[in-house]
Amino acid sequence: MNDNVLQKLKTLAKSAKYDVSCSSSGTVRQNSAGGLGNTVGGMGICHSFSEDGRCIALLKIMLTNYCIYDCAYCINRRTNDIRRATFTVDELVELTIEFYRRNYIEGLFLSSGIIHSPDYTMERMVRVVKQLREVHRFNGYIHMKSIPGASRELIDEAGLYADRMSVNLEIPTEANLKLLAPEKDHRSVYKPMKYIQQGVLQNIEDRKKFRKAPRFVPAGQSTQMIVGATDERDKDILRVSSILYQQTQMRRVYYSGYIPVNSYDKRLPTLKQAPLVRENRLYQADWLMRFYQYRADEIVDDSYPDLDLEIDPKLSWALRHPETFPVDINKADYAMILRVPGIGVKSAQFIVMSRRHGRLNASHLKKIGIVMKKAQCFITCNELPTFTVQEATPEYVRKVLTEPKKKADGGQLSIIFPD
Amino acid sequence: MLVFFYDKTFEGLLTAIFDAYSRKTFPDKLLGVGDIPPLFLTEEYMVISDEEKSGRVCTALEKKMTKGACNMLTHLWLSEEAGSDELLFRYIRKTIDSPVSIETNFADADVLEAHQLARKVSHEAHFQKQFVRFQKAADDIFFAAVSPRYNVLPLIIDHFKDRFADQKWVIYDLKRHYGYYYDLQTCEEMTLDNDKHLLGGKLDEKLMAEDEKMFQELWKGYFKSMTIKERINLKLQRQHMPKRFWKYLTEKQ
Repeated sequence: MNDNVLQKLKTLAKSAKYDVSCSSSGTVRQNSAGGLGNTVGGMGICHSFSEDGRCIALLKIMLTNYCIYDCAYCINRRTNDIRRATFTVDELVELTIEFYRRNYIEGLFLSSGIIHSPDYTMERMVRVVKQLREVHRFNGYIHMKSIPGASRELIDEAGLYADRMSVNLEIPTEANLKLLAPEKDHRSVYKPMKYIQQGVLQNIEDRKKFRKAPRFVPAGQSTQMIVGATDERDKDILRVSSILYQQTQMRRVYYSGYIPVNSYDKRLPTLKQAPLVRENRLYQADWLMRFYQYRADEIVDDSYPDLDLEIDPKLSWALRHPETFPVDINKADYAMILRVPGIGVKSAQFIVMSRRHGRLNASHLKKIGIVMKKAQCFITCNELPTFTVQEATPEYVRKVLTEPKKKADGGQLSIIFPD
Repeated sequence: MLVFFYDKTFEGLLTAIFDAYSRKTFPDKLLGVGDIPPLFLTEEYMVISDEEKSGRVCTALEKKMTKGACNMLTHLWLSEEAGSDELLFRYIRKTIDSPVSIETNFADADVLEAHQLARKVSHEAHFQKQFVRFQKAADDIFFAAVSPRYNVLPLIIDHFKDRFADQKWVIYDLKRHYGYYYDLQTCEEMTLDNDKHLLGGKLDEKLMAEDEKMFQELWKGYFKSMTIKERINLKLQRQHMPKRFWKYLTEKQ
């Protein structure tokens, strides 16, 4: 451990930081006797936040940033002239353990550039996590990238040590992937995804028979798509994620707004700024699918292929379907209350629980924490009928809600004193 | 105006509830012994903490409330906010008086307030789990200083005991001048006679373990390299990691 390691750490962190996933959720595991660490489940623990506001929960690092591939969107492509480095297994293991002991991190996120062959790379990654788990009895969180094209045996072995595994889809459609990364195809991505999924399903069966059977990727798998590097519409992206959620039991799909890392490449669009708003809207749409019982084709469809950047997708859905509103807070079922803009999952649960004790009115709702500015146009409660979206028309509601905030000057006259 | 004076302990509060029901009079105000009484004091009653009485209230509550709600009461007590004891008193009284559970009646101002305050406390506990930073001392004890808004150390100790079972550690609350020391077997409450020198939360370099400085540098270097310049958003960073924690964060020194 010396300056050399610091230099490597910086280099490999810079190469790894474009991976979005950093969650430490999904597994509850208590420490074992004489071991180090546990995982808490729930929403996980984020230990720090970098200046871009993204959380640092895991030591997100690459084993090496040498790579044999030349993908246009990636900072580590072989034609890029950047500093390259490789960690030895021992160095990486010691860093993880020592950072963990100081409560800096929740575990390890291990990724790697591809050297020699997918299997060669994957095997080295497995050695790191194996040493952590078996030699150091590390019980913290481990997220491991599965290398596209790696063999089934290695993925099966990795799954016994990792909490979560991920294979990044990167580009939602095959044609565009071929354009930007001619050496890759979707098959090599879907294959390991399938292995992991089958392993998880098999493990569920095994654990029914043998309670002590070792767990296989207990926190499931996740993936990531780059947004804005190619010409996919939002409807294509959301359709892909909805299929992934349903068919591969994906726990999370991450969206990464494209940051022009290789701006010299003419196949990529020239962007002034990363599409951060679009990325945010996609996450909101993703939440609607996962927690609000929306289908992908309700959020975007052929006549409405892109998400509205000005208003959130839930409000946008409500304004396109004024006929379903107003919703009676005291009578409507949970699924319908969930669809009211300004009411989240927590608030909807609060409403359903509280109304069993008595009728709710607007002041109750406000105190519970509902955004009444949005919600008032879409609900009726225990009061006289108000000015709802039916009377006001969707256009008017949209105008009111998208007006820029006025500065609160309190009506104070400003007096200008002459010099 | 009827005022109950009690000794500002949880047991005292539960005794006050027992006494109120046996006297059939309920206080308009709860004060600690020695507090200045209000101007229009017509009647006062001195509560003497009693283990049996408080135990009976406790059993009654455990019978009537779910486990989650019992935890909520603990959180409320640990908040140490002004008026939180009166809120607790009102909440418990409503629980006892009501034939059905009031836990989910968020239209009731007290239930909602209790819920929200308890949530703030548990949020603070979560903050501590996130932002405690250990420094390794020369005698192999990992030391961390904190100064949480609410008295949340009792809520997070089990988490650290499980997680760092094979290392000795100390978490010390500089605001309330006490902490916990874990010696590989048990976790005990401890106080330092003089904690003035720890006010910054940093160990003196002479007390640090040999490699501590190096790992701090490594972590700082890593933290800096993780930022994506095109996405800088300092407001978001502060929102997730409020500035009041920065003085104890290794990476922010």
